[in-house]
Order: sequence, then C-alpha cells, then structure tokens
Amino acid sequence: MNNGKMITLTVNGRSEDIQVPAHRTLLEALRDLGHIEVKRGCEKGDCGACAVLVDDIAIDSCLTLAWTCEDVKITTVSGLGNAENPHPLQSAFVDLGAVQCGFCSPGMIVAAVGLLNEKPDPTEDDIRLALSGNLCRCTGYTKIFDAVKHAALVMSAEGAKP
Amino acid sequence: MFCDFDLHMPDRLDDALSVLTDEKGMPMAGGTNLLVDMRSRKETPASVIALGNVGELRGIHFNDERTTIGSRTTVSDLLQSTELVSSSPSLVEAAAVFAGQMVRNAATVGGNIACASPAADLVPPLLSLDAELMLVSASGSRTVPLADYYQGYKRNIRGKDELITQISWARLPENSVNMFYKLARRKGDAITIVGVAVTLSISNGICRKARIALGAVAPYVLRARESERRLEGQVISEELLCAAASQAARECCPIDDVRASATYRRHVVKALVGRLLSQSWNRLV
Repeated sequence: MNNGKMITLTVNGRSEDIQVPAHRTLLEALRDLGHIEVKRGCEKGDCGACAVLVDDIAIDSCLTLAWTCEDVKITTVSGLGNAENPHPLQSAFVDLGAVQCGFCSPGMIVAAVGLLNEKPDPTEDDIRLALSGNLCRCTGYTKIFDAVKHAALVMSAEGAKP
Repeated sequence: MFCDFDLHMPDRLDDALSVLTDEKGMPMAGGTNLLVDMRSRKETPASVIALGNVGELRGIHFNDERTTIGSRTTVSDLLQSTELVSSSPSLVEAAAVFAGQMVRNAATVGGNIACASPAADLVPPLLSLDAELMLVSASGSRTVPLADYYQGYKRNIRGKDELITQISWARLPENSVNMFYKLARRKGDAITIVGVAVTLSISNGICRKARIALGAVAPYVLRARESERRLEGQVISEELLCAAASQAARECCPIDDVRASATYRRHVVKALVGRLLSQSWNRLV
C-alpha cells in the first residue's frame, strides 16, 4: 500500500500541507483538511456539488487527483465570502430564495463564479449552460438562475471583479 | 476508493511517452471518464500518467487548409474558439451539449476519442469532418483516419505505448453544411440516446460529398457509408434524402438499454438523418 507523499495545497489563499496517497481526490483531501463546504455528492461528475475553482476555472473536485493540484490556486465557496462579507452571488442566493436544503449551493455558486469570470453579462442560455453540471433536487432552477442574473447586475454596477 | 496505482505527472510529451511502455499503464487527460471507471473498478491500472502538465498537447490551430487541435484541448476550449464555429460547426454544437460545465472544463478531445465510448459526443462531428489522428510513441509516429480507429466496443488501434497527440481535418469544401444533433433527456448532463453528425456538400444541385456519422447506435461511433454512397454524385431531391435516411437506419445496430430501446433508436436515426440532410440542403439552395 502506498502511503503517498506530503503535498501543499493553496486553498482560499492559504497553504495547507497534507499527506495523501496518489489515488486521493482533491475532494477527499479538501474535506480531510476541514473544507467541508465542498460537498461529496455523486462522485462521478454528474451533480457538481463538489465544484471548486482551480485557477479560476470551475472543476469537479471528485474527478481531480490531489497530487495534480500542488501548483494551482484552489478556491472553495468559503473563499469567496462569508456571512459578514458575502460575495454578491452568495447575497443573491439568500435574498432571492435560491437555497432550500443548501447541499447544491456551494457548487452552484462556484460554477456561477466561473461563468461570471468569463462572461460578466451572461444571457439566460449562458447561465443554463454554465450550471448544466449542477443538480438541485429541491427548488428547481428558476430562482437559482434569477440569483445569478441579479448578482451579475450587482457586480457590473459595482464594477466588482467576480 | 480507487485501486492503488503509481501516478506520473510528466511535463513534456517525451517524458510521458517514456513511462507509457507498461501494459498496465494508462494515460489520463481530463480524468472525467477514467477516474469514474477506476472508482467502479472497471479499470485497474498499475500506473496512471496524468497529462495535465503537458502544455504542448493543448491548443487550436488553423491554416489555409487544415484545422489542427492538440489532444489535450478541453471541450470548453472548443466553445471559446470563435474560428471553430465557422470551420467546424458540428464540433462546437456537440461541445455545447457535452456533459456539464465542470466536466467540459476538464474533459479533452483526445480523451473523448480514446475512451472509445459508443456515445462519445465529439466523435460523430469529427468523423463527419474526416478527422485524422496522430498517434505518437517513443519509437515513432503515425497518422490514421479516425474512421479506421475503432475496432469494436471500446476497442481501438492505439498501441499501449502510443498517445493521441493531434486531431486534424481539412477545411470543408465550398457550399458545405456541417451539423450535429444530440437526442438526450436534457440538453446538459445527459448521456446521448442518438447522436448524428452530417456533412453535405452540393454544387449545381449535385451532392459532391456526404458524411453521416452515428453515435450511440452501434458498438462504436460509425459512419453510414452506404447511405453516403447513395448521395454522392447524385442530383439531390427530397426522395433521395429520404432514401439515404432509411439506409442509415439499416446500417446502425443499436441495443436496448436503460436510455432507449433499439427499435426507438433506429427510428430516431432515420428521423434525425433525414432532418439534418434536409436542413443542410435548405441552407445550400
């Protein structure tokens, strides 16, 4: 059995060391490090609950090996903002009721940030395409799409970077 | 939990090829297929060669004659290319209905070809464009038509020591239409029930070139060659297109599975091939 090696991950701007075998996914490593805001869902790339930003691109952390992430910048939903100082997308999800059980929300918000990084003024189709890898089993998607649209407006009015 | 394996992360193609010698070694591009198969123990490689750091394999290049893409080009890269929309529209259409966003950001063109799924969404468009693959090993390289690559269900001619490094195809002739349609439960995050890509070139009312590629209706993505032969050199008419669509349905060999029955798939092949050929013809007249 392979005990792996010590790797350094840069998560939400902080360096963190963890001993992991080659087969450990980024999802498992992040959760072992306490980043339980990254959710374990289907573990096969269907649900998007485990989405994180790797160098500002949204990926499924369940389909990424931790060893391959040493030289990249990892951002989880907690790195975007917090209760005192939320990201415009986090505020919009709360204000527009785009959250019910909340399990999909971290991945939804991460995928939406990935979209707004690339397209600050997305169309409805852009939003649907960008969130096509995220499943929500409670609310349906209408309020989620509304929240992304709203956040895009707020952010462009503020001139904020995603 | 996966099986135990050695993980190599080469920075250069040469280094990747030098470790890709072992029967039990597997190359990994985006990993969106391989890791799923490893988790379910369908694949148990002794070593995995992660290609993510091999930058030379990623990129889209155009010249007067050909479009060439590196095998590690991601599906999202295809959607961000403005030139690809005009040179290879079917490929961009397929990229837009390929899995979900996070998978598109990681999954690669070479990986989609190499996994050899009969439902691989990028393969019908690439077949409709007469794509060729460059296969490279430590001892040399060869170029093979994608149409000759598959040998059976998840079987292909790639040697264990070879990597797909490039995919390229010639510019479409004048007066051509190239399109793709995927039938699935939803637009996103759904496995294809039937995928059809078509290229139709017409001048003076005569079909100069026809390509019809069918996904998820045979052990591998296949061309409906007899249907193509019926069209080429003929004066295009509604009846001819109908006959070609019926012929394509006879050439596929679908199975029943959780997504659809064989009978339904065969019906859909006829309907979609007929529809795509008609739409192509309408655009050209």
